[in-house]
Amino acid sequence: MKKEWKWMGLLIVAVMVASTLSGCISEKEETPAPTEAPGKYGGTLVFGSSGDAVRLDPADVTDGESIQRMDNIHEGLVQYDGGTTNIKPCLATDWTVSDDKKTITFNLRKGVKFHHDYGEVTADDVVFSFARQYDENNWYHDKGNWSYWGWMFMDIESVEKINDYKVAIHMKNPNSSMMTSLAMFTVCIVSEDAAKDYGEDYFKNPVGTGPFEFVEWVKDDHITLRAFEDYWDGRAYLDKVIFRVITDPSARLMALQTGEIQGMEHVDPSQLAIIEADADLQLISQAGMNVGYVALNCGEGYVDANKNGKWDAGEEVDVPGAFEPFKDVRVRQAIAYAINKESIVRNLYKGAASVATQGQPSSLFGWNADIVGYPYNLEKAKQLLADAGYPDGFKVTMWYMPVSRPYFPTPTEIAEAIQADLAKVGIEVELFTEDWGAYLGDTEEGEHQACMLGWSGDNGDPDNFLNVLYGEDKATVGSAGNVAFKRNEKFQDLLDAALLTFDQAERAAYYEEANVLLTAQCSHVFIAHSNQNLAFLSTVHGYIIHPTSRKFFYPVWLEE
Amino acid sequence: MKEYILKRLAMLVIVLLGVSLITFVLVRAAPGDPAVNLLGQHATAEKIEEIREKYHLNDPIYVQYYIWLKMAVKGDFGRSIESREFVTREIMERVPMTLELSLIAMIIASVIGIIAGIISAVHQYSAADYGVMIGALFGISMPVFWLGLMLMFIFSVKLGITPVGGRLTAGMELERITGMYILDSILTLNGTALVDSIKHLILPSVALATIPMATIARMTRSSMLEVLRQDYIRTERAKGLSERAVVYKHAIKNALIPIVTVIGMNIGLLMGGAVLTETIFSLPGLGKYIADAILAYDYPVVQGFTLIFATVFVLVNLATDILYLYIDPRIKYK
Repeated sequence: MKKEWKWMGLLIVAVMVASTLSGCISEKEETPAPTEAPGKYGGTLVFGSSGDAVRLDPADVTDGESIQRMDNIHEGLVQYDGGTTNIKPCLATDWTVSDDKKTITFNLRKGVKFHHDYGEVTADDVVFSFARQYDENNWYHDKGNWSYWGWMFMDIESVEKINDYKVAIHMKNPNSSMMTSLAMFTVCIVSEDAAKDYGEDYFKNPVGTGPFEFVEWVKDDHITLRAFEDYWDGRAYLDKVIFRVITDPSARLMALQTGEIQGMEHVDPSQLAIIEADADLQLISQAGMNVGYVALNCGEGYVDANKNGKWDAGEEVDVPGAFEPFKDVRVRQAIAYAINKESIVRNLYKGAASVATQGQPSSLFGWNADIVGYPYNLEKAKQLLADAGYPDGFKVTMWYMPVSRPYFPTPTEIAEAIQADLAKVGIEVELFTEDWGAYLGDTEEGEHQACMLGWSGDNGDPDNFLNVLYGEDKATVGSAGNVAFKRNEKFQDLLDAALLTFDQAERAAYYEEANVLLTAQCSHVFIAHSNQNLAFLSTVHGYIIHPTSRKFFYPVWLEE
Repeated sequence: MKEYILKRLAMLVIVLLGVSLITFVLVRAAPGDPAVNLLGQHATAEKIEEIREKYHLNDPIYVQYYIWLKMAVKGDFGRSIESREFVTREIMERVPMTLELSLIAMIIASVIGIIAGIISAVHQYSAADYGVMIGALFGISMPVFWLGLMLMFIFSVKLGITPVGGRLTAGMELERITGMYILDSILTLNGTALVDSIKHLILPSVALATIPMATIARMTRSSMLEVLRQDYIRTERAKGLSERAVVYKHAIKNALIPIVTVIGMNIGLLMGGAVLTETIFSLPGLGKYIADAILAYDYPVVQGFTLIFATVFVLVNLATDILYLYIDPRIKYK
């Protein structure tokens, strides 16, 4: 017996089923905000991108530029719901999970057409889109690098065609975060016939099922897409979307101000004020799907001797950089209180960030609104240090990143600010850095006493933050994701339990509880989530910013 | 003469070998790994190894060089690691854009530079002379990216007469024949595209022309001043020739040699300027292409480009040398 799992309300599923049965087009779910009038059809939106796409094959790209173009051409079995990372049906109408939770069976939407007359989507195309990535015997396997497969989809054992409109995904282990991963670009469905026609050049001639179809690519200049008239969910409002490459951020803003483009990405923090002051422009911001933190080495590392991917008693080893004072939670909390995160965000992120209270950004489910974190409080910090037996502080080395990343745009300045803050409670911080490759390797080895690091999420699932960065099982010396080397069995149990249920609300509850434990143990001092900022002309409506930074132009429409 | 050209061409081979070897070693000595860059931060060690194997990155450097050289002599520079396209094809796609931009910039720089230099020399120590020389100093010292942004701000944002960047207004149709849009729009009798493509090239070519314009003006001035002091000029003036005839018929010819040298050298330097200009004005040319390739550790592209570019550089130099023969009959090559 298979347990049917529907993540959304019954009503919506019923509407979808009804609309499929009656052959009519279902209502757009991503309707603009209710205060706005319904969208107008027509017009071309020129979007200023900071670089050109590398390839337009969804499974063979890792860069945001390629992804934002091909995301409007291709679709997967499921998709994100509006501006959240919750999922909803897309090319699959519904799915069931087997009792052992290792097989998910999808019913495909019937009558969905590929662009450029490549016919209807069938189970063969779905199997092909997956198999070419993992199956070495697939005829297309050697034509791509499939970089993301090994990282996010290794739990998939195989994808099987049941009949023309039914496929089963078999997994090695139960993993409910796979549902979120299935909304990733990597597993978008491509036409096998098109792949046969174009071979290795598919990436220049993409054929998907999305709301826009590919028209033209002038390298380093622009990529043009036009509305796909036969789109299964109803034609897009826009006639065309043109992605224009404008590398320089100042030039990009000027192009927006003169109306040559109608939208742009990667707004520089120094431009925020200009955009906000201009009535013809609108700024769309959101806490990005990232987190920057300082990891305090607690020394509870292990080596996975039996290679079961888990910590087992007896596998503990010494961590080279383990720092005695950090073994006391009061010291860790004192550090968290002593760092003025509000000031860092205001001055060093130029306000284009939000203070992090927990280990994951607020845009993902599982974020716990009740957690306040450690607001700046010197008195409390001093008290905690005194209680822990360090009234005069101590000396510690903190590693800071040699490169800028979205979560730490100015690592040196941020490190210096932390150094100055901690000096106020008597902690003398010596700063250290090295080549980025070595930095990553050495922190995985646990060489540091404290280090700055961060993360940009992949699929929008909390597991992709909480497990990867803080999990007990990730405190493996040599390949650690948890570079604070703090093991917490209760925390790990919650994460494991969350992967075993496919009920979104239940999963969220587990993560909310896990976040409480993580914040209390304070092995990582969370600093900030930097924002993603987009700017549009005020005549552009309906754009829904997405936590993953992916860009979907389907609901967008233009005023005349 | 023939012998001289052959000798120079033989030297070209040696130069190219040297250039390719130096580039080959240098790009590999720089920190960073193309495989890691290609696969992103989540790549598994196995996958990285697979890519390194595929592009021979694990072989000793002399083996890699041998493999590359064997292909390069056949004109095959391999495929770009990043885009997997043939390097030669990718470069050829971008040549017309850069060629068009550089040509226009060079014409602007030469015409204005020479005229300004002559005015300056003929009216030495006048207000015009000081004006030109201060302007030239300004032109040499101005960073191209800053100038580009300022031009854009004034002419596009404030005055609204030129577009901010790009090669053609988004969505405009133009059949591409040569890849040089101005030429293409003339060939296809497309008036709208002609106006549009010229408009798009004004600011970038002016930005790109500033530095060469300034050097040419200064060189013309000093060369002219030297010639104007020559005895034969005095003789011509004594004969009663008009000043106009003296300057434009007789003096200029003899002043031209160093100017031609400077122009020739500047064609090479324009490439450096094109990297910045094309980036600021979002033009899909060679400059932007090579800058991106360097940042992505795309070895085959960097090598192929350097070699092709070195060839062009050497050939332009050769052409300049040959041009001397026609400008100055006293020069003979053996």
